[in-house]
This record gives sequence, C-alpha cells and structure tokens, in this order.
Amino acid sequence: MSENRHMAFICSKGNLDMAYPALIMGWAALGNGVDVTLFFTFWGLDLINKHRVDHLEIAPVGITSMKTGMMGFPVNMGIPQLAGVLPGMTAVATSLMKKKMEELDVPPVREMLQMLHDAGAKIYGCKMTVDMMKLTKEDFLDVVDGVVTASEFIDITEGAQIIFI
Amino acid sequence: MATSVLENIPLNEEGFLTDPSVWNEEIAKALAEQEGIELTEKHWEVIRWCREAAARSGASPTLRQITTGTGLSTKELFNLFPKGPAKKVARIAGLGKPEGCI
Repeated sequence: MSENRHMAFICSKGNLDMAYPALIMGWAALGNGVDVTLFFTFWGLDLINKHRVDHLEIAPVGITSMKTGMMGFPVNMGIPQLAGVLPGMTAVATSLMKKKMEELDVPPVREMLQMLHDAGAKIYGCKMTVDMMKLTKEDFLDVVDGVVTASEFIDITEGAQIIFI
Repeated sequence: MATSVLENIPLNEEGFLTDPSVWNEEIAKALAEQEGIELTEKHWEVIRWCREAAARSGASPTLRQITTGTGLSTKELFNLFPKGPAKKVARIAGLGKPEGCI
C-alpha cells in the first residue's frame, strides 16, 4: 500500500483574511482523505492563541485588491490607500468580512480549527516564535498538539507537500 | 458478494453513479463495501439526510452542511466514513461530488 498523501501548511500570517486559506484547503484535504499538518509561526500564532483568535482583523491599508464592491457599495472601484488609515476603517473592513464569511456559511477561525482538529489534522506552534513572543502552553487553544522546533517540523512533514502562507 | 449488484451499473472514472436515478439501497451497500464500510443505522441516517438535502437544493451537501443538518459531530462523521468522507458519503448516497468548500 502506498503511503497516504500528506499536506502541511505553514501559517505565518495573523490577519483575518490570511487565516482562512490554510483552514479551507486543509478542511478540503481532510475531506478527501489527505493527512493534514498545520504549523503556526510568527503572526500566524495569533490563530491558535486563545486570547487573539476571536479578534483577528483585516486592515484595508496595503490591500490594493480591496474594492468598494466588497464593502457593500454598488459600484466596484478602488479605495484610496489614504482612506484606509482613517480611524475605524479596520473595524469596518473586519466586520464586513466576518459578515461575508457568515453568509457563505464559513465558520469563525476558532470553530474551523476545532473542525480540522476533530477531523484528524495535527496542529503545532513554532518553538522559536513562541519563545520570542513569550507565550506558554496556557495561551494556546486546546486543539494545539504541541510546540515544535523547525527541525521537528521537517521530520514530521517528511514526504508531505508543503504550502507556505 | 454484494459488489455484483454493481455489474451493470455505469460508474464514472471516479466511481460515482453516472445516472443517480438508478440508486437504491443495495447499490449503496455495494458502493460502501468497495470503500471498506459496512453500513450501520448511523450511516443510513447520513445517507438519507444527504439524499433529502440534495433533492431540496439540487447539490450534494458539504461536510459542514452534513454535520449541521444531522447533528453529528465532525469526529463522528469522520469515524463513520474514514479517510475522506466528502467523496465517500456522496458516492455511497448516489450523488455527485459536493460543490461547496466547507
């Protein structure tokens, strides 16, 4: 019997929009019988940090793809970068994105991580950034399997397809 | 051997029924056997719910819709249909591949 396909996602971003790619792909992979490992590093640690996971945000500044259509306006035009720095813009964009995700029946990040865990995904934090940010096991969601070094991650993912996000 | 039920049933290259209307419980049992699954009452509950959902919406339900709709947990669903429930449930229920992502 051939070895089962294995996909590993390195999640390095802590923004709300960048939280979802690995979670959705990982969920699809599990649904197709593929083994999944999620490795959270640097800002990505926010996703498995129980104090942060429900407060992820999307800031319009720097996202040149964001158009007014996504903000609920009938005309789909660019948003000047300067507008993104106005007070409250990040909160507005975040709440709009959460609403859009809910409309598509996409669960919040905390719930998606639980689903992935229940479906058999392995979830790890990156040792170096955990130390750097002075986090401890108590800061993480229960679905986290452990904190591992880069070298351990390389061992765990031998033969896996690795996706960096 | 239940698999002989499938002898004259056309399947596509992924093993899905090409004509979902020919589906019956014997075919479901035979398809499940090919997946190494012996159907229990819990399996039938999922299969029946999926067929009803598909009849309502015209699309094969996603895993998330199945857990929400049947009240089963993700763990239970993955235990009932191990290693890739998304395709397995749809195939055994005689439906197409789920079209949603969640």
